[in-house]
Amino acid sequence: MTWLLDNLDLVRELFVRHAWISVVSTLIGFAVSLPIGWYAHQHPRIRGLTVALVGVLYTIPSIALFVILPGVLGTGFLSVVNVVVALSTYAAAVMVRTATDAFGSVSPAVVDAATAAGFSGAQRVFRVELPLAGPVLLAGLRVVSVSTVSMLSVASLIGVSNLGSLFTDGFRRDFLTEIVIGIGAIVLLALLLDLLLVLAGRVLMPWSRAQRTAAPTSRPRQAFWSRFTGVRA
Amino acid sequence: MSVVTDTVEWLTDSVRWSGDDGIPHRLLEHVGYTAETIAIAAVIAVPLGFWIGHTGRFRSVAVALTGAMRALPTLGLLTLIALYLGIGLTPPLIALVVLAIPPLLAGAYAGVEAVDSQTVDAARAMGFTEWQILTRVEIPLGLPIIVGGIRSAVLQVVATATVAAYVGLGGLGRYLIDGQAVSDYPQMAGGSVVVVALALVLDGVFAALQSLASGRRPAARPVGA
Repeated sequence: MTWLLDNLDLVRELFVRHAWISVVSTLIGFAVSLPIGWYAHQHPRIRGLTVALVGVLYTIPSIALFVILPGVLGTGFLSVVNVVVALSTYAAAVMVRTATDAFGSVSPAVVDAATAAGFSGAQRVFRVELPLAGPVLLAGLRVVSVSTVSMLSVASLIGVSNLGSLFTDGFRRDFLTEIVIGIGAIVLLALLLDLLLVLAGRVLMPWSRAQRTAAPTSRPRQAFWSRFTGVRA
Repeated sequence: MSVVTDTVEWLTDSVRWSGDDGIPHRLLEHVGYTAETIAIAAVIAVPLGFWIGHTGRFRSVAVALTGAMRALPTLGLLTLIALYLGIGLTPPLIALVVLAIPPLLAGAYAGVEAVDSQTVDAARAMGFTEWQILTRVEIPLGLPIIVGGIRSAVLQVVATATVAAYVGLGGLGRYLIDGQAVSDYPQMAGGSVVVVALALVLDGVFAALQSLASGRRPAARPVGA
């Protein structure tokens, strides 16, 4: 506890850094996945290929990607850009799959009704399909946000500082407290971001509250999520 | 492009293909750790998952546990256990087992649970005992999802075992950690390429096993779309 008080500035700085890297990566991954997921949903022939491709991306161990990316991108080895690109890639890998499912969960009858009511293509996508796909997208985003926060800590091994630096530093100095505080801070950040997502979901999709309990427990979806449970390194 | 050529040079150097620090030996070590970890974790998690899936008891606990474990940083757990238990191979392996349990547990209970309850009731009506229902109906029908759980656990252990080189484990992660210590980028990149190749090959193997387990039953695949 004294260590935490003495090093509050350091922990706070790493916390903020950890937070922005995670948030930016998650948002980029989310933004990239939406058009891909929507397109894949529209074109069943491409869907299988896309899902397989993002599955392969997700298979790559993060530490290997952190190391390989600087060589591929030509960025500096310690550049935070590598880490953001790597984490966004993982986020997109999971979200493309989720977005495909999410747009697939929108009833075709509703989409047809919107067309019949005179909605243009873009209006239909943004005002009907996207909001209705929202709850499933949110569920995916919550998973991605938590695992991104946790995965980022691995980047401290290649020298990009974040809350994971408390692990490497604590390990080098044989100091357990620092590691425990690092774990606590990361779990806290993951919970905070999750809470923000849930709140954002309530504000943006007030209608989904009542159905929320029904949707995520459906059997097929559970089978899908079982692939992504557990921590990733 | 010199980074790429340096990495290729590192990978193709004949020194790299023999001896204790050679790629074949490190690769075998890595696969060995993975197999050992999955075997131990499976003995703990799979029967427990079957029981949870069959009885429905403690399901919410299992869901909460697997969810909470996702937030737990692997590197934090590795360094924590390594410092707490001391030097040697056992502490990192214990950490790997802990991290492999959630996906195995999730696969096992989700697989059993995903079996149509009418099928289970029909088996019960035909006079199957609970044990027979589990072993002859639920496990065979839930097998694709159970294998899916093993698949994600294997991938996760392959990735985490690489990270575990930081706390003294052998295997392919040595190239990344030792290379980092002396700023030898080709060694790090070469090691990473081998790790990625291993992960992709193992994923392919388990994908094949999974489709073998599904046979012709389309319901076994996630039908989200």
